[in-house]
Amino acid sequence: MARFVLRRLAGMVLVLFAISVIVFVIFNVIPNSDPAQRMAGKEATPQLVAAITEEWGFDEPLPVQYLKTMKLVFSGELVSYSSGLDVDEQILEGMPATLSLAIGAALIWMFFGIVFGYLSAVRAGGLTDRALTILAVIGISMPVFWLAAIFLYYLTYKVELFPASGYVPLTENPLDWAYHLVLPWVTVAILYVGLYSRVLRSNMLDSMDAEHVRTARAKGLGERQVMRRHVLRNSLIPTVTLFGLDFGAAVGGSALLTETIFSLHGVGQYAIESTLGLDLPPIMGVTLYAAFFIVFFNALVDIAYAYLDPRIRLGSSAR
Amino acid sequence: MSEALLSLRDLRVGFAGEDGRLQAVDGVSLDLAPGEVLAIVGESGCGKSVTAQTIVGLTRSPNARIEGSVKLRGEELLSKSEAELQKVRGGEIAMVFQDPMTSFNPVYRIGAQIIEAIRAHDGEVGKQEARTRAVELLASVGIADAERRVDDYPHEFSGGMRQRAMIAMALALEPSVLIADEPTTALDVTIQAQILRLLEDLNRERGLATILITHDLGVVAEVADRVAVMYAGRVVELGTLDELFYDPQHPYTWGLLGSLSRIDQPRPRRLPQISGVPPSLLAPPEGCAFRPRCPHAFGKCTELPPLEGRREEAPEHLDRCWLSPTEKAAKREVEGRIGLEAPAR
Amino acid sequence: MSRGPASLAWRRLRGNHVALAAAAVFILIVAFVLAAPLWSSGVADTGPNATHTVEKVEVDGKQREVVSPNGTPIGPLWFGAGGKFFLGADGRLGRDEMVRLMYGGRTSLLIGILAGLLATVLATVAALLAGFYRGWVDAVISRCLDLAWSFPVLLLGIALGAALAVGGLQVGPIEISSGSILLPILIIGTVFTPYVARPLRGEVLALREREFVEAATAQGAGPLRLMLSELLPNLWSTIIVFFTLVVANSMLLEASLSFVGVGVQPPNSSWGAMISSGFKLLYTTPLLTVLPGLMILLTVLSLNIFGDALRDALDPRSRVRLEVEAHTGRYEPGSEVA
Repeated sequence: MARFVLRRLAGMVLVLFAISVIVFVIFNVIPNSDPAQRMAGKEATPQLVAAITEEWGFDEPLPVQYLKTMKLVFSGELVSYSSGLDVDEQILEGMPATLSLAIGAALIWMFFGIVFGYLSAVRAGGLTDRALTILAVIGISMPVFWLAAIFLYYLTYKVELFPASGYVPLTENPLDWAYHLVLPWVTVAILYVGLYSRVLRSNMLDSMDAEHVRTARAKGLGERQVMRRHVLRNSLIPTVTLFGLDFGAAVGGSALLTETIFSLHGVGQYAIESTLGLDLPPIMGVTLYAAFFIVFFNALVDIAYAYLDPRIRLGSSAR
Repeated sequence: MSEALLSLRDLRVGFAGEDGRLQAVDGVSLDLAPGEVLAIVGESGCGKSVTAQTIVGLTRSPNARIEGSVKLRGEELLSKSEAELQKVRGGEIAMVFQDPMTSFNPVYRIGAQIIEAIRAHDGEVGKQEARTRAVELLASVGIADAERRVDDYPHEFSGGMRQRAMIAMALALEPSVLIADEPTTALDVTIQAQILRLLEDLNRERGLATILITHDLGVVAEVADRVAVMYAGRVVELGTLDELFYDPQHPYTWGLLGSLSRIDQPRPRRLPQISGVPPSLLAPPEGCAFRPRCPHAFGKCTELPPLEGRREEAPEHLDRCWLSPTEKAAKREVEGRIGLEAPAR
Repeated sequence: MSRGPASLAWRRLRGNHVALAAAAVFILIVAFVLAAPLWSSGVADTGPNATHTVEKVEVDGKQREVVSPNGTPIGPLWFGAGGKFFLGADGRLGRDEMVRLMYGGRTSLLIGILAGLLATVLATVAALLAGFYRGWVDAVISRCLDLAWSFPVLLLGIALGAALAVGGLQVGPIEISSGSILLPILIIGTVFTPYVARPLRGEVLALREREFVEAATAQGAGPLRLMLSELLPNLWSTIIVFFTLVVANSMLLEASLSFVGVGVQPPNSSWGAMISSGFKLLYTTPLLTVLPGLMILLTVLSLNIFGDALRDALDPRSRVRLEVEAHTGRYEPGSEVA
């Protein structure tokens, strides 16, 4: 078990390294333009451009630039090209909003996803199932940002039910904090509720045909008990592992469009803004931040899976 | 027969599927006396498993049509509600399936699954008490170090031990009937013998009436008191073990016996097989289902023979074949042993 | 009576009314966007980019401004002006929203389908190579796939989009300008490849162990023949199902990219880009945001429903379907209802 964990952690490091290289390549190699030129702006003189190039080291060979950037990442001194602000600080400032959004949405989507998925599965083929399935498919077919816009118009403007924007820290005013997050939470959750209810339903239906379920029935267990203890329990394992990945991504700021539309100023919004501005240092920072959480939760989920499934945890010692 | 413990009368089970209606069980009548071992033999797809599962209502579903009668001590099971049947399952009639690895839930311990069975029937039983019972049960089926092994997971048991554990779980509620559906098919030959011995001991010591379902005549010879041979959803022959092996009355049975290689007989030049394939249950042949493969078929065979005893000297030995007893005795000898000659085609 | 898997699947699909409805909706939408030139020249008499800021249009005998002095565009006229500005104008520029919706849809669908095709083809190649050769080939390909899974999809797409939007793509002799729709197609196709490749690779690995592969090898079949004649035919059903789903997701990703500004560039337009420009007028003219999004929703929804039905139809394990059929009482002709 310990070796398994160590191997996953080593894999994590490698992946993060590879991602940093890819990000660097994307933003330094691909754009057919000069970063110094971009920084200098439209009215730049050649001297200005040269000065910037000199100061930021844009004329040095790429590997050197890469190493310099990575050194800054680890020393925490990464600074944005455009605003001059410290990247670490910006990320830390945005984290509470992103975390609040991720955790709240996750609680909502897991609760409803599991409930709807379970109901769909036990009443497979019936009216409940069909209704829930249609809702689920609609949920995964909507552009998330469009849904956010719809909410914005109908629930903050037409009917002033919710605030349109802004993030209120939890410590400042819990009620207000939640109030400002309701719409973003629902926006993010709808997609995942659709996804998870379908995943759970599908896993449960597969399970229901399994032989150990037949045995459970044959020994006289009630249908409810069979569903809960033998079908649901086994189906939750793959569902939970999937959740780990999505939650990791959410913590890393995957809900960036929702953050932007509701002006939550979280890490995701910071990511979009810097990406659109081709501002490499913040991009590097947020991408590594996001990737770290995804990879971390990925590894966590693998380890949890190995733990939950006794066949893997205890090793196949017997025949 | 009023003393029969379990009594099936004209049981029919049909499934509606994409390609049409499939008649898996087509008029099966059987009796199981207390304390006897009845073997049901037949090829895959002959309906033996469906029959067994229908007894405890496991085949009930929207696209299944079940007709006939299944009575346990005179009480009709087919008309019982799901809740009532749950009491019967495990409590009165227990089942053991073919593959113990997939029949146990891999994420729960063996002991926990046995305890679950116990407490499902009697909520009053305490955890400790149930656990003690589980340990006793495992020990009683020959699992050494039961006290420790009760907390093991299914994958930590070997195949034979897993099947013993399954049997232990089946016995937990002291049922009167045990239905074992191909209990040894997934096991090594040496382990097979052990499991059969176990079933035999259970039958003898506890008077546990057993229905043993198998496709293997060798298994049947070990433990059965009476044997029913099934083909295409029907019972084609029913008799005692000796009657079946030494005086078989149905051509299909001759074919089955003929394809056995026996130590006590000279080796035939080619291992005989029954030619042809079992009929499609979607569109079974008219009359006797074995007719297309039977070298002895004649005109009358387009009419379904009823399952009945046709000889005064063996009134309980039933079969579904129009041939006269004398013809049967003559035609079943092929190259000095019982078998089925190839059809003249 | 044996039927091939394809005809069985077709029969099942035919009986699935919801799936057929979804397919019909999708076909209607395709017809809708294909009719763009007809509508544009025959009914609306204007193009998707033609501005009418200071013009007037005749409605029920009266002259009305296309764009009011304070910048509010005219609302849906339906057939009040003979079909012109059927859905109104799209903001200060006064462009015909209906025409834009049709032309924008062409771009959205085109990108979705081509990106889906690209992702599917690349994924199939990668899966076949990795699954067939295994060993180090598989190791390399799998690592790359894992890497892609660890990258937040949207962020990767935006990053690539942003990077390429500046100066286009220059790889050796190949040059693609930054306004070309090939860019979003390439970006989206590449981004989704790992998501299709991973499950396909799993299937290839499973198929590889089956006897027919061994048998073909024993007959002297080389790797190419094995991959193309033995493995690939068994993958078709999975590939087709994935294709519909990838097209659906590609359309959603394109919408996100265009919304942020790094997808489809002007003068081209797509539904996602229309949401972006409509968003600026969200509080005054919400219709401009709602309409393109609704089109995306309908298209993706129909694709998803059909893709699901396709998967069910191709999947031999049909327990759930039997139950559904049982409840609705529909069986194949010739059998009785249980």
